[in-house]
Amino acid sequence: MDLILDLQNVVKTYEKKIAVNDVSFGVPRASIFGLLGPNGAGKTSLIRIITTITRADSGKVFLDGQALNSRHPEQIGYMPEERGLYKKMKVGEQLTYLARLKGLSASDTKLALKYWMEKFEVMDWWGKKIEELSKGMQQKIQFISTVLHNPKLIILDEPFTGLDPINTNLLKDEIADLRAKGVSIIFSTHRMEQVEEICDNIVLIDQGQNILNGPVKTIRNSFKQNRFKVDFAEEWKGTLPPGFEVVDQQPDSLVVGLAEGGNSSALLQYLLGQGVQISAFNEIMPSLNEIFIQAVEKNHPQVKA
Amino acid sequence: MDKLFLIIKREYLTRVTRPSFIIATLVTPLAFVAFFVVASLIFSYESDDAKKIAVIDDSGILNGALKDEKGLYFKFEQKPLAQLRKNFKDSGYDAILVLPKIDNLFSKDYQVFYYTSGQSTLETEDHIEDRVSDALRDYKIDALKLERKQLEALNTSVNIEPEPIEEGGKDATKLTSAIGAGIGFIMGFIMYMAVFIYGSMVMRSVMEEKTNRIVEVMVSSVKPFQMMMGKIIGVGAVGLTQVLIWAILIPLLITIAQVTMGFDPQQQMPMGPGAPAINPDDTQAMVMAIMSEVGNIRWSLILPLFIVYFLGGYFLYSSMFAAVGSAVGDDMGEAQTLTIPIVIPVVLAIYIMIKAVETPTSSLAVFASIFPLFSPIVMPSLLASNPPAWQIIVSVLVLIGTSVFFVWLSGRIYRVGILLYGKKGTFKEFAKWIFYTD
Repeated sequence: MDLILDLQNVVKTYEKKIAVNDVSFGVPRASIFGLLGPNGAGKTSLIRIITTITRADSGKVFLDGQALNSRHPEQIGYMPEERGLYKKMKVGEQLTYLARLKGLSASDTKLALKYWMEKFEVMDWWGKKIEELSKGMQQKIQFISTVLHNPKLIILDEPFTGLDPINTNLLKDEIADLRAKGVSIIFSTHRMEQVEEICDNIVLIDQGQNILNGPVKTIRNSFKQNRFKVDFAEEWKGTLPPGFEVVDQQPDSLVVGLAEGGNSSALLQYLLGQGVQISAFNEIMPSLNEIFIQAVEKNHPQVKA
Repeated sequence: MDKLFLIIKREYLTRVTRPSFIIATLVTPLAFVAFFVVASLIFSYESDDAKKIAVIDDSGILNGALKDEKGLYFKFEQKPLAQLRKNFKDSGYDAILVLPKIDNLFSKDYQVFYYTSGQSTLETEDHIEDRVSDALRDYKIDALKLERKQLEALNTSVNIEPEPIEEGGKDATKLTSAIGAGIGFIMGFIMYMAVFIYGSMVMRSVMEEKTNRIVEVMVSSVKPFQMMMGKIIGVGAVGLTQVLIWAILIPLLITIAQVTMGFDPQQQMPMGPGAPAINPDDTQAMVMAIMSEVGNIRWSLILPLFIVYFLGGYFLYSSMFAAVGSAVGDDMGEAQTLTIPIVIPVVLAIYIMIKAVETPTSSLAVFASIFPLFSPIVMPSLLASNPPAWQIIVSVLVLIGTSVFFVWLSGRIYRVGILLYGKKGTFKEFAKWIFYTD
């Protein structure tokens, strides 16, 4: 597979605490990759290793096929969860400064700034100080500063917090656009519904370890429990033949667990045979949220209590 | 290097263009000069109301020889005291001075009586005492039949003129060491100010960046060490700019004040009571001598060395301030606690400097001129008194070595500190951080 980022057996220890414990995973090029995990799982440590802020004690990291080196930060855009900009600096100066620090030439910076500021319709803010902007506006500026230098890999830590629904959608579209242009995005968040919506692949980190990794669809499939939900157009109070376990029965709906090797068509056929009107028939897919909790609890027994 | 330059540029420009910086840079010299103008005006202030004083000199000691001066007008009266007191209100006098007869010409005390309705001021009394004392001196010289020239010859002023032991050694006048001490003092104080003002400016700025969380964005582009060096160099350049502007503005403003207000600091500065009035010609000669001595000082050696010590001391101390700033975040109280160990050597150095200027060859002075925490403040103050070459060389080498070491050490602390939140910075922690791997 064509990987933009490849981590192999990465270990990072702080004094006695093992922050990253033998983690390996790959981020496919031009995809959106969810980096997930509970608080303190080691996500920030991993991001800091990828952005070359810190170095791994052992293990290898490859960016675009090359071992991570000091020129690589110029190809990475990082938006930390805790946003930070110089409050007293003007928007234009600030963005120019950050882009120049990423190695962009003065003339390229000008062009990139014009492109992005027009795209986000923030050209009017050029001379405004950051502290004069609302939180959402600051967030937009922060995002622009992340993508301005045309990075191959973008790391977004909780990018949607503090944004209204309109700007959230704007940002989502932007992320999709970037992916279409071949940019790879690592997306770190606790908001599982967003992961489900936009991520192609995920890795779940807990206690410094990779406990779950793969394409979102595959993972959800592997966690499904063969349950189906039937919605009735009228009330139905019948019973099911053996081989079908009723998980939940309401007057107008039914949740059925299929035994090993059970067939959903058989269930549907039986119900149709009963002459009941069915308005919907769905396989219940586990949400990433459930998978997340399940996987973490399995890895971390004391959490249950 | 490009990035370091970008950081330096930003650190410099954002500070220099800030209104508060421009105001502080321009207003400080104005306030400084205004203070001196006002202070000298206050000291040169004399009561402007004229006083007429009746003098009763029955025994004719002064023989009408009391000079009218400084708003005091003396008139010798033949009328008896009782009558003058009775008609005081209509007489137009403000006071009556009674000079009793002198019985013993060899007495050193002489009491005169001063009658006044209002409050007598200390200044007026001083002036009257001076006038009477001068007149009495003349009276006594005549009465004792003394020779004036002989008397004047009794006042001998003694000056030590230092000469070198070796033939052809550098001849230093007493003035040289005095001026050396003066210049040393000024240099020592500039260093002291630079360390404090700009060192804590570095610290506050690091704290602000950490609190702002801009560091996370920054360190994903540049190395923490570059950030720290960029800040230290940028703020140092701000400091040099400010000091330079002050060095130009303060003398300029003093000159303007002299010209426009006819105010002359040399003559109007308070001399203390009883100080002899300086002959303007003497002043002129003194200024000339000082100027020539200032010219004699080896500026070609002192100025580059001063810059070396300025930079060495500034880097040494401001890097420590940066390390503390990186460890504390927004807790100013904690920052103050942690800066105490930095401040103590600076304060000690200024005390040692004051002492060392007086005794530049003492073992304390020599030690402090080499010990790197003191040398940036102490050594510049000794340069004008020509310390031996070995002392300068050892001192500079030790300072440069220590500065590099401290910048490195602070960089180690800084890179861990700025990314660490919620953990208290203690010296024990600092020691651990130094040995962290990246």
